[in-house]
Formats: sequence, C-alpha cells, structure tokens
Amino acid sequence: MIYTAGVDVGSTQTKAVIIDENLEIVGRALNDTGANVIVAAETAFTTALKDSGLEADAIKYVIGTGYGRYKVTFGDDQVTEISCHGRGAVHMFPKTRTVIDMGGQDTKAIAVTDTGEIRDFCMNDKCAAGTGRFLGAASAALDISLDNLGPTALKATRPVRISTTCTVFAETEILSWLGKGKKIEDILMGVHQSISARSIGLLRRVGIEDEVSFTGGVARNLGMVHVLNKNMGIKMNVSEESHYMGALGGALFAMDRAKTAEEVTA
Amino acid sequence: MDSVKDNELWRRGNREGSALFRKWFDDLDAAADAGEVGAYVFVMGSLTEILNTFDLPIIFPEITSLNTAIRHDAADLLNEAEDHGYSPDICGYVKADYAVQNRGGQHPMGKLPKPGLALLTNACNTYLKWGEIWERMFETPLFTIDVPGTRQKGTQTWPGDEQFEREKRYVRVQIDELINTCEEITGEKFDMDKLRETLTYSNRMSAAWKQILQFNKASPAVFNALTDGTAYLGVNNIMRGTKEGAEYFERLLEEKKWMHDNGIGIVEEEKHRLAFIGVPCYPIFREFNNLFSDWGGVFVTSTYLWFASGGNNLGFQYDLDNPLDSLAEVTLIHVRDAMDSMFHPEQIIFDNMDDYGIEGVVYHPIKSCRTSSTGLADNRRALMEATDLPSLFIESDMMDKRVVSIAPMKNRIDAFFEGIEMRKAARLQGALQ
Repeated sequence: MIYTAGVDVGSTQTKAVIIDENLEIVGRALNDTGANVIVAAETAFTTALKDSGLEADAIKYVIGTGYGRYKVTFGDDQVTEISCHGRGAVHMFPKTRTVIDMGGQDTKAIAVTDTGEIRDFCMNDKCAAGTGRFLGAASAALDISLDNLGPTALKATRPVRISTTCTVFAETEILSWLGKGKKIEDILMGVHQSISARSIGLLRRVGIEDEVSFTGGVARNLGMVHVLNKNMGIKMNVSEESHYMGALGGALFAMDRAKTAEEVTA
Repeated sequence: MDSVKDNELWRRGNREGSALFRKWFDDLDAAADAGEVGAYVFVMGSLTEILNTFDLPIIFPEITSLNTAIRHDAADLLNEAEDHGYSPDICGYVKADYAVQNRGGQHPMGKLPKPGLALLTNACNTYLKWGEIWERMFETPLFTIDVPGTRQKGTQTWPGDEQFEREKRYVRVQIDELINTCEEITGEKFDMDKLRETLTYSNRMSAAWKQILQFNKASPAVFNALTDGTAYLGVNNIMRGTKEGAEYFERLLEEKKWMHDNGIGIVEEEKHRLAFIGVPCYPIFREFNNLFSDWGGVFVTSTYLWFASGGNNLGFQYDLDNPLDSLAEVTLIHVRDAMDSMFHPEQIIFDNMDDYGIEGVVYHPIKSCRTSSTGLADNRRALMEATDLPSLFIESDMMDKRVVSIAPMKNRIDAFFEGIEMRKAARLQGALQ
C-alpha cells in the first residue's frame, strides 16, 4: 500500500493529512503554526502519523503547501495552496467548479475544471479584510471565542453595517457599535456580512459557477456558511474535512508523484 | 554556454546601455552645475528631434523617477512628497520627481537641471498635472501637444485618409508653435539641417529596434522583454535622435542577430514563453523577474516595449525631404499607437500570440498609474473569452515598495505556473492516449 502526505502550513494553523492509495484519509492533524514554522510542520506530520498508526518511512511522498511550504523540510516538493485547495475540493465534491477558501490571512476564489486543473484564481490583496483575521479581530473585541462567533451571529435580528474595509479599523467600529448599545449578535452578523461581501466580490472575478465548495478554517463557521449561501442564493458544499482541504490536495498531488515514480521504477 | 558568455557580444547591449545612462546623468549633472535649464519631456511623444536641434539638455522625468526605484532610493522621496501633502494614491513618478525638485534637483545619480521648458502630450492625463507642478515651483513654460487619439477601437485612419490628413495638419501647426517657443526660450534660430540630421539618427534607431523586437519571435528568445527590454527601452528614449543612439541600436541589432543566427537564448532553458502587459515592478525589478525565471519563464514580448518606445517599435522612417510634415505624421501615429497599446493590449496579444509562441500572459496593473491599469481587468476577461491562454493578474506598483508584498506575489506566480504545467501535462497525456 502506498501512503502519501500533505502538510499545509498556514498563517495561523498547520494541517497534515495522510492518504492511502485508495485516496482515503487515514490520518490527520491540526496545530497552531506559531513562531516556529519548521516545528509546526513537523508536529502536524508526526501527529498525523500517530493518528494513522503509520511510521514515517511508510510515507512515500510528502508535499508541503501553504505560506510555509518551503519550511516543510522533510517534504519532497512544494505546491501552492491554490492548486491544493482546488484539487482537494474536486476530490471531495467532483462537480465543484468554484472554490472559496477562507483562511487566517487570505481568502481565495478559485475556478477549477472537472479534473481539478486551476482555470483562474483571485485573492485578497495586501490586506486581511474579508479573511479569518477579520473574525479574529471581532472575537478579540467582543471577547467571544472563534467557535461561538457563527452561532452567536445567527441569533441576529437587526444586523449593523460594518463599513470599514480595514481589519484593524473594524475593531474600532465594533467598539463604536457597542458604545451605541447594539446587541453583540447584530454586530457579529454585520461582521459576517462584511466578509461575505468582499468574498463574493472575489468569487465574481473568477465567475461563480455551480457547484461551489467552501474550504479553509472559516468553513467551520456556520454563520459564515449561512451568510454566503444566502447572499449567493446557492448551497455550497461544505465538508467536515474543509479545514484540511489544502493538506488533502497536497497529499493527492503527492500520490500522483509517488505512483509515477513507482511506474518509472517498475 | 560558457563560451557564449565569453564572447564580447554577449550582453554587450546591457553593458553599453548602462554606460550611456551613466553618461546621460553625468551630462545632466554638468549642465545643472553650469546653471543650464533643461527640457522636460515624456516617453509618449517626446519630440526630442525638435529639442535636439536647440541643444537643450533633455530630461525624461519618468525615467529619472523609475531609476530611483530600481536603485532602492524611492522610498525616501515618496515619503517626502507625502509629507508635503501628496496622496499615497497618485503617480509615484510624480512624487519622486517632486521630492527631487524640492531638493534642488539632487537626484541619486547626479543633479538635474531645473525645468526650463516642459513638453507634454495628452497620452497620459498625469503629464498635464505634473507640468503644472513645475509651473508652480519654477514658473516653467508648459507646451502641450494635443494629439488626436483613436475614436473607437479599430477605427484608426492612415496617411491619405481625409481624417488622418486633417489631424496631421493639426499636429503640424502645434509643432510649428513648439519651434517658435524653443526659439524664444533659447534665443536661437531653428536649424532645418540639424533637424534632418537628428531625424536620420531616429530613422536608424527605429529600423534597428523593429528588427530586434522581431527576433524574439524565434525560440529561444534573444532577450527578456521585461528586464533587458526595459533597459533597451530607456536608451530608446534618452538617446532618441542622437548619433550615440543610432550606433547603440545598430550594435544591439548585431548582438541579437548573432544570438538569433546561432540559436543562443537569453536563458539556458526556455520552458514557458510569456507576454507582459503593464509597467514593470521597479522596486524589485530583478527579483520580480526571477519569480518567473525560476520556473523557466521568459518574457518574449511586452506592451511596455510598444507604448513606451516613443513609437520606434513601428519602424517608421521620417521623410527627410519633408521633415516637419513627416514629424507631424509620425508623432500622430506614435502617440496614438502608444495610447492604443495601453488601452487595448489584448489586441496586441491576439495579433502576436502565434508569431511569438506565447504560452501565458501576465497582467501587471499598478496602484499608482490608473492610466495604464484601469482597463486591465476587463482586458484580461476579453482575452480569456477569446483564447484559452493562461493569464495571471498580479497587482503591485512601479515605484512604491510599501505595496509590493513578495510572499503573496510568489504564491500567485507559483500557482500560475502550476496551472500551466498541469495543463501541459494533461494535454500530453491526452495526446498519448
């Protein structure tokens, strides 16, 4: 049996996935990236190995992806997370033609073909507005855990309008709404709406073609899923593995290469 | 390759171009020290042929500004201009020049003469505002040549057409006025023979440049349109209508012909032939290109080499028997072509993608030049609808390092090449099956 791995070193969290040659996930891991990117990658990989019950030498090929992909020192090659999220999403949902990947510091809209080939992509530029970092600012300002942001926002009855496009200034705007006596759930829904508007803008630039799959850490936020679905008038694919989609894509690319290497040496 | 690199011709144009630039700045420095004023002109319609006849030091402020970015000296200049109230959003060339002028013309490469005349065209709206700054700072006389542009895409008229001849007369009258202005400023009489001489040099430059551009249709490419091409382009402008310029381009042609005839490419392994649309990222000029060359990408053509070459890409030859009419005709066509190249770059790609074997197109809109960047998103969409060429849309700036983020830029570029290579692999697999 051939096993391969993908290690996705993101700005806030590092994910690792191990798959077998049937392309089934046999191990996964997630940890904070922190200041030492090399250690974060090693930790994720080691934890995923434990989860799979495999030894490191059983893994034939490792792809590093994410911003820290060149710091996956034990890896065999690197592929961008843009390609990896596209590949992972098409693997999970074969009819995917558009991917929205929302991570800690960037949001990507990716148009893919039926084979997972990247047709076009677009990302937020030079600013973290419309990304997970925006939610992080709201979490800090309102003293609510990231996991509770979505459920709280869904209780909103009269959402406020967050007009700033700057993540740093958003915190100030949130505080000003608090000062005006607005409910926390209404402010939070405003935050979600603001992120949704910017993300849909990116999606429109590559063209919103059904089916749309939502990947990345923010895909776990039910409020964000709800708002994006409502504003686009569609129902996005959201997998339980959304957070791992980049690492999964990396593991799939790794499997291609491991099999090619086997064919060459056979 | 080592024996090639040992050949005297290898990259001779780059070495000689650098020397000419050094000399240009030294001459300007000497003129400034002698208290002379200069004529400030722009790449899209410089009319240096007229100015040369009056022996005016000629300054291209776009080039002196971009030079500060390449030298990593721009940040202080931009900050200084912004401290004086210039917005972060306006043209970085203007702000760098403003700061240089505010420092008494002290440029990192030497002192620049004060603007004693500003010659502007309507090819870029910022030219006019830029000239007004000098007018306020130094009471510089401004001379604006209004050149009619294309009314609508694909409706250009040509010599012999009634509209063209009417517009040519309109430009000719303005050139006559420019001559009068130069006579008033310098106190010298216009010399038609000197004009013929400078036009002869321009003709030689134009003929050579057109052939050099054509050589890159062959594989391997004999120069990188983004890096080498931009250096040649600089000489194209600052030495326009001069003996040094004519000799430089004829020697450059010799170098490129040698490479072409011997199958010598500018890179050892040419994997992806690319077209560049926009203005270069000068704050990380070499590093930006390396992000592409690391993948075996070579820019074989660039719209910049068209719209900023003062029209020399077209290879027009001045009629020496009728110099002023000919100058009006060529000015009309050059400036119009420059504007068309900026506003409809997809047409150039459509027209040249097969000849140049273009495999991918890189759009580089820049924050501080809306004139060249505003329509690029639509333009790319038009390209994507008409062809299946992979394209990359990557935004930064031509001057301002603060808006250049290398890590996200590299991420996009890597993904662009991954897409190209996946596509190539899929096609190969399809062909094998």
